[in-house]
Amino acid sequence: MRIRDRKDEAAFAELFDHFAPRIKAFLMRSGGDATIAEECAQDVMATLWQKAHLFDPSRASAATWIFTIARNRRIDALRKARRPEPEDILWGPDQEPDQADVLALQEETDQLAGAIANLPEKQKALIEAAYFGDLSHSEIAEKTGLPLGTIKSRIRLALERLRHAMN
Amino acid sequence: MKHMTHTIKHHLTDALLMAYSAGSLPEAFNLTVAAHLSMCDECRARAGAFDTVGGALMEETTEAEMSKGSMAAALARAKATPAEPRVQPARDGVLPAPIQAYVGGDLDAVTWRPVGMGVKQAILPTERGATARLLYIPAGAAVPDHGHRGTELTLVLQGAFTDATDHFGAGDIEVANEELDHTPVADIGADCICLAATDAPLRFRGLMPRLAQPFLRI
Repeated sequence: MRIRDRKDEAAFAELFDHFAPRIKAFLMRSGGDATIAEECAQDVMATLWQKAHLFDPSRASAATWIFTIARNRRIDALRKARRPEPEDILWGPDQEPDQADVLALQEETDQLAGAIANLPEKQKALIEAAYFGDLSHSEIAEKTGLPLGTIKSRIRLALERLRHAMN
Repeated sequence: MKHMTHTIKHHLTDALLMAYSAGSLPEAFNLTVAAHLSMCDECRARAGAFDTVGGALMEETTEAEMSKGSMAAALARAKATPAEPRVQPARDGVLPAPIQAYVGGDLDAVTWRPVGMGVKQAILPTERGATARLLYIPAGAAVPDHGHRGTELTLVLQGAFTDATDHFGAGDIEVANEELDHTPVADIGADCICLAATDAPLRFRGLMPRLAQPFLRI
């Protein structure tokens, strides 16, 4: 948020220290060599700086948003394919998500992370295989066993508020 | 494209949404999913939930050490290129923005090719391995009876069609696997326009369409 609102370089440094090594590890596990992964991790953090004004904390935590940038960079780097995105829906210049919504989203994100950490080993391995790019869509189980209902409803609510603000 | 969440009955499967979030779908499927999400806030929220899973997995992954000076390099890179204005806002018209990006405009920019019986198609340029095409089915007309080897996604953009399974209106997406042989028939009221993505060639039942298949790239 400090990057979004004030272009705060100290905040960027903090985020970089936390996320860049994780992005790099994620990209290496997805099949990139260390040099490419390092390059891409820098790119992802540069994109974060440039796109900070598009970040909506009522729909995604910082970790979630950075994951989506890293995933897109991976498709770009390893497959050289385009990754079509849905139409953007954004808050207007004078509007902001409600702080209570932002906090609730963060809480539910943390709870989901906790639930994933506590999954049985076998089930967790399957989900990791899906996200690190080792499974095709037809190999992914239709029943994921992930408790996604609460966070889905929270994001749905944020979308409704945003749609309402746009009209 | 006006989002139409409340009228949509047919949604994406969890497996497709997870693969979209993980980034493992072929480009033609990514495009179809992105187009549906543009029309359907319910699936957009579900996709957001799957992105949250990705964020959580990345968050708890082991760390790989970055080289010295990489932070300064990233910041310099960020400042060297102008702030990205690459926003993809909703556009007026029948086609959602992600499809318009491939077509280069709305319906009037589509180059249609006839495939017989009044049905027309336009193949969109995506990476190999899966194909995305716009289909134009005149009101009341049928797409030739066909089966699939892989998965076929059909997203209705305008009008509606009916097949052996159900009725599909604007914003609805049909996920068909190899067991389904279907003959989509457009509703009488309006010409039907769909985006269809397949990861294996379709199999037509009749002799003529099968002979024509290699030439039409159906």
